[in-house]
Amino acid sequence: MNSVLAAVSQDADIVVAQNVFFGVIAVSMLYAAIRVVTTSNVVHAALWLVVALAGVAANFILLGSEFVAVTQVLVYIGAVVVLFLFGVMLTRASLGDDESVAQEKRSMAAVVGVLLFGVMAFALIDTWSDDRLVIDEPQQVTEVSDSIFSQYIIPFEAISVLLLAALIGAIVVARQD
Amino acid sequence: MLLNQFLLLAAALFCIGVYGVLVRKNGMLVLMSVELILNAVNINLVAFGALTDDVGGEVFALFTIAVAAAEVGIGLAIVLLMYRNRRSIDLSEADLMKG
Amino acid sequence: MNALLAAALPVFTEGPSEVSSVTREANWFLENAFIIPLLPAISFLLILFFGKRMPKKGAEFGIAAVGIAFVLALITGAAWLDHRDNFDGQLSESPATGIEPAHDDHADDGHADDGHEDEGHEDEGEDEHAIGVVADDGSTSSDEVALAVEAEGDGHGEEGHAYVAVQNSTQWLQSGGIEFSAGTLVDGLSVMMLFVVTLISLLVHIYSTDYVSGDRRYTHFFAFLSLFTASMLFFVLSDNILQMIVGWELVGVCSFALIGHWWEEKPNSDAALKAFLTNRVGDVGLLVGMITLFFAAGGGQTFDTLSITNTINQGGVSHTALVVAAAALMAAVMSKSGQFILHTWLPDAMAGPTPVSALIHAATMVVAGIYMVARLYPVFWEGMQIPGSSINLLATVGAVTLVGAGLLAFVQTDIKKVLAYSTVSQLGYMAMALGVGAWTAAVFHLFTHAFFKANLFLGSGSVAHAVHSFDMKKDMGGMRTFMPQTYKTFIIGSVALAGVFPLAGFWSKDEILVGTGGWGIFGGTGGPGSYTFHLTMGMIGAALTAAYMTRCVYLTFHGEYRGGDHGHDDDHAHAHDDAAHHGDPHESGPRILYPLYILSGFSILIGLVNLPPGFQLVPESWQERFLHFIEPAGASYFPAVGHATPSWSLAIISSLIAFGGAGLAYWYYFVKVDGLARSTGQKLTELPNGLVTTNAWARAGHKVLVEKYYLDHLYTGIIAGATKGPIARAANWTNTHLIDGVVNTAGETAVRTGRQVYDKIDQGLIEGFINGSGRVSDATGQELRRINSGKVQNYAAILFAGAAILAGAFIVILAL
Repeated sequence: MNSVLAAVSQDADIVVAQNVFFGVIAVSMLYAAIRVVTTSNVVHAALWLVVALAGVAANFILLGSEFVAVTQVLVYIGAVVVLFLFGVMLTRASLGDDESVAQEKRSMAAVVGVLLFGVMAFALIDTWSDDRLVIDEPQQVTEVSDSIFSQYIIPFEAISVLLLAALIGAIVVARQD
Repeated sequence: MLLNQFLLLAAALFCIGVYGVLVRKNGMLVLMSVELILNAVNINLVAFGALTDDVGGEVFALFTIAVAAAEVGIGLAIVLLMYRNRRSIDLSEADLMKG
Repeated sequence: MNALLAAALPVFTEGPSEVSSVTREANWFLENAFIIPLLPAISFLLILFFGKRMPKKGAEFGIAAVGIAFVLALITGAAWLDHRDNFDGQLSESPATGIEPAHDDHADDGHADDGHEDEGHEDEGEDEHAIGVVADDGSTSSDEVALAVEAEGDGHGEEGHAYVAVQNSTQWLQSGGIEFSAGTLVDGLSVMMLFVVTLISLLVHIYSTDYVSGDRRYTHFFAFLSLFTASMLFFVLSDNILQMIVGWELVGVCSFALIGHWWEEKPNSDAALKAFLTNRVGDVGLLVGMITLFFAAGGGQTFDTLSITNTINQGGVSHTALVVAAAALMAAVMSKSGQFILHTWLPDAMAGPTPVSALIHAATMVVAGIYMVARLYPVFWEGMQIPGSSINLLATVGAVTLVGAGLLAFVQTDIKKVLAYSTVSQLGYMAMALGVGAWTAAVFHLFTHAFFKANLFLGSGSVAHAVHSFDMKKDMGGMRTFMPQTYKTFIIGSVALAGVFPLAGFWSKDEILVGTGGWGIFGGTGGPGSYTFHLTMGMIGAALTAAYMTRCVYLTFHGEYRGGDHGHDDDHAHAHDDAAHHGDPHESGPRILYPLYILSGFSILIGLVNLPPGFQLVPESWQERFLHFIEPAGASYFPAVGHATPSWSLAIISSLIAFGGAGLAYWYYFVKVDGLARSTGQKLTELPNGLVTTNAWARAGHKVLVEKYYLDHLYTGIIAGATKGPIARAANWTNTHLIDGVVNTAGETAVRTGRQVYDKIDQGLIEGFINGSGRVSDATGQELRRINSGKVQNYAAILFAGAAILAGAFIVILAL
């Protein structure tokens, strides 16, 4: 009896901790994301992007998907952002301020964004408002790999070909001759 | 935890990404905004995977990451090419698709 | 998806039935045939990576690989001959039910009124599916075990062994319960194709070392020749329809690359594009057809060719599904094998180097469509209702093609285009033969045609090599004095193509004509149906073939040499631009001549492999060897095709017709034109063009032929124009009228009105208002224009906003 109660309270503690953690992550992520799209410095934008992507990785851990989180860190923060920084250096274009954008355009984009968010938020709240996630243990990596190499083998092969094509395509497009 | 907190977070991230894509003049920054959009989708995939206790969500999140990597590669190549041809990566100058 | 398709098509999806006429264990060479396509594929990679560094620039890889592949194909062929006669391994013998001593099938000419039953053996072949196959040679099979049993007193003393294909298949991957396999299927048909493809490819490789020597993309050329050979071999060996699609597309890509070998010139790259795009039209059909087969006959579980054909053959698939599949596959055949209305790419494809034309557009690639029909024959057999009918799509398309293309060959001045139309015409023969149920005749014609057409193409290349042009009227003539060896081989090829006894073309063409079952007045009947119309077309085609080849031979090799003073500036002979030697043309070197000799030898002799039954000059065991070894008679995956009885009278009449055609052309060119040219001392090109100049009808007909029945106009001008034009015009109209128009009209009207008012009424008071309204309308127009700004982000904003609004509307509707 006692142990059950203890377990329940322990679970509740975990849930509370998860929620707090989520709140912190969500706020910092959103702030970082807003900075990515508003800051006038390209390098700063790339660095803010790191924060936002790290927040996404943290979200994956909260959801129990450790492997995806690790991949996220490796691929996004490790490779993609570095690629961006290289791109910034190679183009040497406006390391400083991004030129000012017409206010009209900003407001139009903001209207579109808010409209989209409104529609999505309404739909989400309407549909999923009482679904709860119970994450008691992380997803096993073996399960993920088993699934990739059996059930999802064809998408996997297709992705491999896509990566190859992108590799060749990038070389062809960016080649200097 | 509620499923919706993740979904709403993803929706917000998505809309911020859309805003960035629409408003940014610099090609690099547009690409970064696209990354935000893709990550928002990934959150959704993993969250629904966790809801249904199905590994498929994670698998497809991984696929999305792979596709996004390819996309960044190609996108940067295009930006580079554009820079080489026009000495500028300002998208508002790229208006050859005018009707 | 499966359920969807099952609902859409009235098919049985309980899964494929077990194939009985197949074994997994046989001779090592039959099991491991995959090595044959593998060799040229490896050679392709080697040439690609190391070719340029090799002393012979990569040609040695190609020749070695194809040479070994040829030897292997020969051994595989020998192994197959042994297997066909002596294999009695894995299949258990079933007691022969109701076998009677076979009477001579060829004597009774039961008219095959019901195609499901072969003639002669109705008494025992009628079980529920009417599949109990009675092959012509007396070998019999029952429904469950397609096992032939020795028939006593057999007309030809055939061995009674069953026809058992050899399949070696391995699982490639598995997904969602569907197994994707890769493997080889070796039976008579594929063994024959292996032999043809490797032999001709080998000769073409050797020939090319001389023909394209010095070309700037010499290595590239050999790489693609290797890849092409590999893909074609892969295609013919594939044991499932998925693999067939892959091979089919690979062949198309290689064709594209090789036609456009000299892509720097616009016509060549246009021709390559045309070939590719025309083939795409057919590929859609192929895909639809194969998917239909997968769900209808493969039960949505297997792509295996044999189980699909087997299921169809056992009657397990509804007729509707087969009609859909056959019609879709028909589109593929029409494009790949150059059947009428989609054949237009083939003559243009002559822009490629001549060895490529010989290999791809005569001997191997274009027969891919024919091969596919032959391989999936039950689909067409049931879908087109070949047995017992007197007209069907496949046969009719073939018949129209063979006459239509034969006519077109008359007005060509480019020697390769004559041969190209001739190829189209001969492919028409094959398609017609398949359509009328003469399966063996079609495959046999494919076999013989490959040799003499390759011979002709390489011969024309040899001539072009000497005169640096393909234009018969301008740059050739009298070549027989310069190139006696090429002349001889070309004559042999032409005679074989024209179907003169006893060269190769005679046997196969005659078999096709007999197979139509036609008129019944020659005794040459007993085919699956009675295709009178098609027999007529075949006869006309025979005359046409003989006549246009006579014309071609005259223009090229006889009369006066008309080249020389033109210089050697023709575009086509690129390979020799650097070595533009002047003076008289001369005979080609040994690397060009020896392939010609070999092919001529085959053109003479190869027809003898399928001597008709009842041909009394040779022992009976020599007759119908081809039929015996190639046709899967009695196999459970092959329909019970009937065999027409050959007839002397038909053979003689068709020969007479061919001679008549040749004679007419001979009279016109060798006697009339030649005499005229001699007496007036004029060149051929300067002579008045006889009938065409005097008779209005002849002129009109000539014009239609020169314009190739206006098909190209139809495609580019009307169809493409009709789709492209209105869209472009609509967009343009929107721009000029709607947007600019709104601006301009509004502005102008306002200004004009204003001016009127200004003139007539008060200037001072209203002036401001008028100008203002003009400006306002102008500004509105500019505002409207801005939507179409070319700024991608604006478009994106509109896209997202539109999506959001639509989604919002959707939610509102759902919520209400």
